[in-house]
Amino acid sequence: MKSGSNLEKILTTGQFAVTSECGPPKGTSAQVIKRKGEILKSCCDALNITDNQTAIVRMSSLSGCVLLREMNLEPVMQMVVRDRNRIAIQSDILGAVALGVRNLLCLSGDHQKFGNHPQAKGVYDIDSIQLIQTVKRMRDEKKFMNGEDISGDVPLYIGAAANPFADPFEFRVRRLAKKVKAGVDFIQTQGIFDVEKFSRWMAMVRDEGLDQKVHILAGVIPIKSVGMARYMARNVAGISVPGEIVARMEAAKDAKEEGVKIAVEIIEQVKEIEGVHGAHIMAVAWEDIVPRIVQEAGLLPRPIV
Amino acid sequence: MIVAEQKPFAEIMEMLEGFQKILVLGCGTCVTVCFAGGAKEVEILSSLIRMDRKKKGQAVEIVERTLVRQCDPEYLQELSDSVGQFDAVLSMACGVGVNFLADKFSQAIVLPALNTRFMGVAEEHGVWSERCAGCGDCILDLTGGLCPVARCSKGLFNGPCGGSVHGKCEISRDVDCVWHLIYDRLKGLNRLDRLDEILPIKDWSVSPHGGPRKIVREDLKV
Repeated sequence: MKSGSNLEKILTTGQFAVTSECGPPKGTSAQVIKRKGEILKSCCDALNITDNQTAIVRMSSLSGCVLLREMNLEPVMQMVVRDRNRIAIQSDILGAVALGVRNLLCLSGDHQKFGNHPQAKGVYDIDSIQLIQTVKRMRDEKKFMNGEDISGDVPLYIGAAANPFADPFEFRVRRLAKKVKAGVDFIQTQGIFDVEKFSRWMAMVRDEGLDQKVHILAGVIPIKSVGMARYMARNVAGISVPGEIVARMEAAKDAKEEGVKIAVEIIEQVKEIEGVHGAHIMAVAWEDIVPRIVQEAGLLPRPIV
Repeated sequence: MIVAEQKPFAEIMEMLEGFQKILVLGCGTCVTVCFAGGAKEVEILSSLIRMDRKKKGQAVEIVERTLVRQCDPEYLQELSDSVGQFDAVLSMACGVGVNFLADKFSQAIVLPALNTRFMGVAEEHGVWSERCAGCGDCILDLTGGLCPVARCSKGLFNGPCGGSVHGKCEISRDVDCVWHLIYDRLKGLNRLDRLDEILPIKDWSVSPHGGPRKIVREDLKV
């Protein structure tokens, strides 16, 4: 075991993993995290805590992780390179391990221009692939980036993101290969609506043998409303929402019900694709729906490992 | 070249408040080429200042002058006899020129008329864009000659990130994704294998993050 995390145990024993995410509040309430943790605990194997997602200032990812740990839940700490240089990154990693974090998701982060402090100075001292390399070295060699020794172990299961829907499409698998080469253990993909394109990407992943080297969790975003479907189709860079999905949402009598149906269908479809080892459900501001989706996708009860 | 643009006129007038005798000082190199601070712009800005002061009923005496360069001591020296007679020097050079004036003339009040924007190219008449960030350790051999430090919004070394769509950056549909350009270019050159290598973690100590930079060439010193 690299980290001994629940997520690692599930994935390495060949079981289909389910993760979801808890967005921390724009405030100081521990209750927000605890409430989301309470909702999601019986339907997920680990919960991502986002790191100032979309560059909006929120409670730190590490503190959210600690709050989940206090509930005996397993966090996946998200870490973006946008806001920290290599000194802060490595320092936060040491602290996270000391506080019981065992999964770390290495991300570039949305550009600060999207957030609520667009005047901020972006750090980007290293990039997400270099972050994977750094964490792997800390874990496997017990060395900092500069080669100095770390006292103590750094048992972390290393995650990263992949977006099969960004361009250039032909390069997306090569970029995943770079993340694998850097030492990533699991991948959570961008939300999938275009299953056909995702399947093509997965075929390329298998052609390169990458499915044997990394566990891929398919990203699923439940759509809550017609407006959300339209907004994502038009405005979110790197998300591809086929017209057919928007049309289904528009035609539905009950948009929320249709959103659930679509999410369940997508999970069922991607689950059948060779090399997909789990689902990562991102229900932003709609966490309550996740247990039902997991249930209807036939993924309950979650395994105890 | 260094590309700059004139500050808003109101901001310049605010800076000049209370100063009567002003030297408006142009620079004959980069900012002349990018139409921000050469002899012609000195003339126009000086006229505008005079008109504005006249409108407000405030006296002003402006001397217009443009040096070959404001970043070279031999040209700044031309000012040593006269600079003392001005209440303020409004430099129309880039920030380098403003700094050098301040370095050389301890008694002069030196003000910037321009915002220095970037090191870039003239794409076409009236359009300039950034190409180099002066990071101090060039990696263009690894990226097909196109710079991710200067041209990727996140300065990624192993892009493109997940926000690259139809060749454009996630921050704006008007911004090219340089990693997409790098991909296309290396593909065209049959050198795509270059992108399979993970670019090493950068040493920023040779960039502005390492402190103010200086080059000493013993072979050239006199």
